[in-house]
Amino acid sequence: MSNPVQPYNLVLRVAAKMLIPLILMFAFYVQFHGETGPGGGFQAGVIFAAAFILYALVFGMETARAVAPAPLLRVLASSGVLLYAGVGLASLLAGGNFLDYNVLAEDPIKGQHLGIFLVELGVGITVSSVMIIIFYAFAERGVRP
Amino acid sequence: MSQLVGHYNYWIVIFLMMAGFYIVIAHGNLVKKIVGLNIFQASVFLLFISMGNVEGGTAPIIMEGVTRYSNPLPHVLILTAIVVGVATTALALALVVRINEAYRTVEEDEIHEQDTSF
Amino acid sequence: MILLVFLSITVLAIIQLRDLFAVVMLFGIYSFLAAALFVTLDAVDVAFTEATVGAGIASFLMLGTLALTVRREKARPARALLPLLVVGVVGATLIYGTLDMPHFSDPQAPAHLNVAPHYLESTQDEIGIPNVVTAVLASYRGYDTLGEVIVIFTAGLGVLALLGYRKRGKKH
Repeated sequence: MSNPVQPYNLVLRVAAKMLIPLILMFAFYVQFHGETGPGGGFQAGVIFAAAFILYALVFGMETARAVAPAPLLRVLASSGVLLYAGVGLASLLAGGNFLDYNVLAEDPIKGQHLGIFLVELGVGITVSSVMIIIFYAFAERGVRP
Repeated sequence: MSQLVGHYNYWIVIFLMMAGFYIVIAHGNLVKKIVGLNIFQASVFLLFISMGNVEGGTAPIIMEGVTRYSNPLPHVLILTAIVVGVATTALALALVVRINEAYRTVEEDEIHEQDTSF
Repeated sequence: MILLVFLSITVLAIIQLRDLFAVVMLFGIYSFLAAALFVTLDAVDVAFTEATVGAGIASFLMLGTLALTVRREKARPARALLPLLVVGVVGATLIYGTLDMPHFSDPQAPAHLNVAPHYLESTQDEIGIPNVVTAVLASYRGYDTLGEVIVIFTAGLGVLALLGYRKRGKKH
């Protein structure tokens, strides 16, 4: 699977192997600490996609497609939107208005926390999968058959 | 004179907006037009955020002992606007790629010539 | 401020250059300077988003487009006067429109007096989250954020419909 390793490619691969886990951890940190500091779903989704794009640039498109195949990304992108709308529907079914988080748990403040957590998760999933899908589309277009 | 000191942020941002607008209308290359459009968008964001700034305030994250915060509403609007802007840019660039495959050029006058030359 | 001077210099360089790769790189620098300006204006969430999205995703997509199209812009024959005139007229009108606006960072501006104090005070009681921007984005104005997520999803669908996964044309 790997080409004969030339010196400059070796430096890139080692550096990428050390950096990509840190970038992914940072993406998760930003996602889940969006409530106590700057951050939230959008930024976390873009950082996650950036780590993935780095992986695809250094190790090749075939290995990247093996890690995240395109059908899985399409399912993930739709499920993020569904999660967001599902939270709204759950509030409707529990007796409140659409996207009213107060009725999701027994305590309004706990309901708000739960609602915001799920909503930001949905946003993060959709943003990261859509960015990776767009990257795949642009990168595969120039492939000579 | 107080006009100048009180309004200089608006005027510099308007200069940046006009520069982006000039790139959109005066250059023929489609990719450069999209770059100009993004510059225009970023200057509009600067205008709104500078309107939301409050003198002596800090970032709108609630902490102990801080009484004055900057206005959080423009931040929310601009956050949405930035993400919608990048979605539009992605679609526009995909269209430019398809135009290049169909017309073999991305210069606006050559495309117009090919369209009207039949 | 010095950042605004750098921004102006960057924009003037983008207008002049014809090598599109340099233009895209300068656009990344412009985005990053705008993010730094947002930090000095106390908008940390917006700065985060602008830095990642503007200097990251937008510049990267433009580089991808350049790889699939051309590298240099065609030379312009003459310096056209009409765009400069239009730009001048619009700019003068906008400056005339801003003469009535409140001064920069005035605490008594009307923008700060209606809804914003309500959000700042009631976030701690009703939601219990320190970050007011996230609270407004996800809870008070959650419907708008639903629309925004749908817009991103639609953009992904649109790019998939336009570019797909395989290059057409040369195969058959």
